[in-house]
Order: sequence, then structure tokens, then C-alpha cells
Amino acid sequence: MLIMTLKRLAMAIPSLIGVVIVTFLLTRALPGDPAAYFAGPAATPQAIQEVRVKLGLDKPLIVQFGHYVVDLIHGNLGTSLTTGQPVATELHNRLPASAELTLLGLIVSILIAVPLGILAATKPNSILDHTCRIVSTAGVSLPVFFTGLILVYVFYYLLGWAPAPLGRLDVFFIPPPQITGFYLIDSLLAGDLETFWASLKQLILPALTLAIFSLAPIARMTRASMLAVLSSDFVRTARASGLSAYTVIITYAFRNAMLPVITTLGMVFSFLLGANVLVEKVFAWPGIGSYAVEALLASDFAPVQGFVLTMAVMYVALNLLIDVLYGVVDPRVRLDA
Amino acid sequence: MTDIAATPRAEGGLTALLRHSRYVLGENPVTGFAFGLFVLIVLAALFGPHIVPYDPLASDTTAALQAPSTRHWFGTDQLGRDVFSRVVVATRLDFFIAVASVALVFLMGGLAGVAAGFFGGWTDRIVGRIADTIMAFPLFVLAMGIVAALGNTVQNIIIATAIVNFPLYARIARAEANIRRDAGFVEAARLSGNSDWRILTFQILPNVFPILVVQMSLTMGYAILNAAGLSFIGLGVRPPTPEWGIMVAEGAAFMVSGEWWNAFFPGLALMVAVFCFNLLGDGLRDMVDPRRRT
Repeated sequence: MLIMTLKRLAMAIPSLIGVVIVTFLLTRALPGDPAAYFAGPAATPQAIQEVRVKLGLDKPLIVQFGHYVVDLIHGNLGTSLTTGQPVATELHNRLPASAELTLLGLIVSILIAVPLGILAATKPNSILDHTCRIVSTAGVSLPVFFTGLILVYVFYYLLGWAPAPLGRLDVFFIPPPQITGFYLIDSLLAGDLETFWASLKQLILPALTLAIFSLAPIARMTRASMLAVLSSDFVRTARASGLSAYTVIITYAFRNAMLPVITTLGMVFSFLLGANVLVEKVFAWPGIGSYAVEALLASDFAPVQGFVLTMAVMYVALNLLIDVLYGVVDPRVRLDA
Repeated sequence: MTDIAATPRAEGGLTALLRHSRYVLGENPVTGFAFGLFVLIVLAALFGPHIVPYDPLASDTTAALQAPSTRHWFGTDQLGRDVFSRVVVATRLDFFIAVASVALVFLMGGLAGVAAGFFGGWTDRIVGRIADTIMAFPLFVLAMGIVAALGNTVQNIIIATAIVNFPLYARIARAEANIRRDAGFVEAARLSGNSDWRILTFQILPNVFPILVVQMSLTMGYAILNAAGLSFIGLGVRPPTPEWGIMVAEGAAFMVSGEWWNAFFPGLALMVAVFCFNLLGDGLRDMVDPRRRT
């Protein structure tokens, strides 16, 4: 198991190198003079020259790349033009907000999609099966920002159940003392149930939006893979041996059917991390996505670069985690490696 | 599907295809419905600006934020512009972005993938490495980065959407070219003295083509979503240009005060278009490759 994990870790290194090269090249692809771009619109030629020297843009490309890598190793992602803050600090402060939202969205989505997929597969062509098909086709067609807005309209404006879509916590509440950065966990650790409910209320709609979006591939894959497993020989044998339907479906079929679903999670994460940006914009969520969007619109490139890099590194790490998880669920993968 | 295999060869390619298409449409009316929607979208894209009742850019502040009525089917926005006219006129731009980006990636990804699968070796390694690197990013995030770097224009949205779809096309084309590389008809062509390039162009490409066309219609939906997402966060298309993503973004502020029609109708148009392309793609796939049916 350890060897497999190490091997997989080594395989992630080329991806990471590729990610670093691409984020570096993105800054060099800036139209016009990057120095003028980084110096801001009102800069004098002298200031531009200063920026050029300061950023090392007067040196050959390969040397610049070396500087970039050294900066990255020191955790330096540059400084934002608009706020004057180091990008790494801002990303670090805002990351828990995004992570809490994305993870909750994923959990909700799995909790709905997996049972739905299993039920659809056990009763093909039933009402549940058709529901599963409609949900999964509609889910991929719904633009995630549109779903979010509809939820806001229905649950905030019409029903008044949800709070205004303005950030992580109502202004009347004080954020819990930071331990993990996740408001739900921190408020529980602080024993502050009122804050817990308040932050949960703010989280529900954006998390639900993400869940609806990522439901489709998970439900579809669970259904397809359960159908395949349920028609296999060992399930027939288990049934013929007189095991209860529950044992056959959960113990025998489900465990085997989970493998392709775990693989799909990689793709789901790619969509989720992207959709996160849009959901954060809709709900004014103070995460790294809205930080990047604000910077993008202000033509402030360093935060965008840092954001793209952070997202890509997280995505590579998540894929790594999924592969390791695959080994835990399926012992055969361990033997192969 | 068995009666298709039994179709006599003498019937001729076109007739057989028509017969097969009719069979698929008959069995799956949803595909027929999706095709009808597709025709509607194309018509709106072609003739939209000529058939709408109002000028999509003409503002009339006395009629701002009116709910849907018989005069304004989809209501009016904060500047009194007719939402229905704007939604219809926007079809052309959204459709154009999707078609252009898909055509671009079809050329780039398709050719690179076919070359990688056919030649193998270094070509394969380089194409594979590029595809892997793109896949290492969450796709929408990479598209954001590309548009930010290349500049905030519609053209760059098309390029970014094409780049993030590159791995998908390159991989499919590579796999399809690879299994045909040593096929009997390719060997025969090679023995008859055809050069590698000639085999690639006249033997391999025509065989990979239908599979890539199916992929095109499957990715059209994603391309529209991607482009609309980018313009929703304020990239590419600028106001007052009518475009679905930016219209939803402009209408978003009015959702919390109850003027739902501003964001709802462009969002609905977006949803219907994506839905249509996804269904159409599934239908086309059934037609070209019945085995991959789910």
C-alpha cells in the first residue's frame, strides 16, 4: 500500500511541473508589455522600467522561470495591485470559505446521488429510474449560476426561508475563533450553536447549488455500474444462496460498483472547482473564486495567477487522494502496483 | 438493431443512412424533439435580429422593469429593453461562440490526436503530455486564466473554450487512429505504395471523422455553458451586447427584489440550448455507434 502510494505520488510530479510551467507561461502571454501591465495603467515609462527590473523581466525567459520557481518554493505568489496584500496571504485566508462550501456541496451531492443511482439500478424502468435519468440529464444542462439564482428567488424572496445571499455569516454574528477556518466546525468547537445555525443557513443554498450541478455524473455512474454489477455471476450466486436483498445489494454489489464511481469523482472535482467560482459570485461568498474574479475585472493579474495555480495544485492533490482511495477500496489495485 | 445489420448492401449508402436515421428517430422520439429544438435555435441565430418585435439595444426608462405581459412577452429590464428581443438576438452570438470553439478544437484536437495515434513515438508523447497538462487543471479555472492572460475579448473566449476541450478530442482521435493503424485496409493501402500522409488523409481520417462529429455535438452544450459562465463573471462579452450569460449576470441583482424575468429567461434559453445539444449528441451517438448506448 505504501509503495503504491509512493509510486502514485511520483506520477503526480510531471503534472505539477506542467501546472507550474503553464501558470508561468500565462503571465508571459499577456498582450503587450507585461511590465506595463504589472505597473498599472497610470505608470510612467520610468516606473515601468523599474517594475521590469524588479520583476526580472529584462532577463532571459529561462532565468525568469527560475526566479518564479524559487518564489513558489518560498510561498511567494506576488502582490496584488489593488489591495497591496501578498497574494499567498489572501488566498490562505479565503481558502477555508471555498473549501467548506465545495466539500459540503460534494457531501450533499453524494448523499443524494448514490442512493438514487442504486435505487434506479435495482428497479430499472421504474418511476425512480426515470427520475434518476431526468435529474441527471437536467443537472448537466443547468448552468450552475442559473440554479443558484432560482434557489435564491424561491427560498429567499418568495418563501423567506433562507437568509440574504450575502456571504458566510449575517453581519450581526461574529465569526467563531479560527481553528480550522470552517465556520461549521469552529462554531461547534467553540460551543456556539447560534453561530453554527447562522452559518449553516448561509451555506445551505450555495452548497445545494453545487450539489445539483455535480449530482448528474455521480448518479449516472452509480446507476450504470450498479446495473453491470447486479447482472454479474457473483451477485447471482449470492442471490441463489438465499442472502437477503439488502446483503446482496449493499455488501456484495455496492462495494464493487463503487470503483467506477470513485474514478468519476476526479471529473466531478474538476467541474466542482470551476463551478465554485460561479456560485461564489452569485452568493457573494468570500472565497478564493470571488477574489480571483474581482482581480480579473480589475486587470490585476498576480491574484489570478495564484488562484489558477492553487486550484490546479489542489486538483492534482485530489486526484492523488482519489487514486489512493481506490487502492483502499479495491485490494486488486494494490496487487497490480 | 439487428435489422440494420441485415440491411442489404445494394441499397446504397445514403438510403441506408436515411433508413437508419428514421429507425433511430422512430425508436427514440426524444432525439426528434431535440432536432426540432436545434432547427429552432439555428433559425433564431440566422434570422433573430430581423424577426424580433423590439430593438434589443433601445432603452426606454419609462417602461423599465415591467413584468411579462402581452406587449413584452419576457418583460423589460432595468433600462426598459425588451427581454424577449434580447434573448432571441443573443442566440446568434452564443451559438457562434459555441460553434467556433468546437470547430477550432475539432481541427486542433482531431488532427493532433490522429497524428499521435498513427505515428506513435514522439508525436504521441508530446500530444499526450500537452493533453495531460491541460487535464491537470480544473477546466473552467484554466479557461479563466487563459482569457485573463490573452485579453478580455470574445475571440479569446472561443480560444480558451477550445483549449480546455483539447484533451477530450485528442484522446478520442488518438484511440480511434491507433486501433486502425494496423488494420487490413491500412496495410493494403501501404502495400499499394501509398505514403504515410496519404494513408492518414484518405484512410484513417474518414474513419475517425464520424466519431469526432458525435463528440462535437456532445461538447457543444459544454462549450455554451463554459462561454456563458465566463461572460457571467464579466469576461469577454461587454454590455450592452445581448448575450445569455451577461444577461443573467445583469438580472441577478434583481432576483433578490423579485424581478425574476430579467435573469430567468436568458437562463432558460441557455438551459434549453444545452439540453438540446446534449440530447442531440446522445441521439447522434446512438446512430453512429449503437454499442455505446447507455
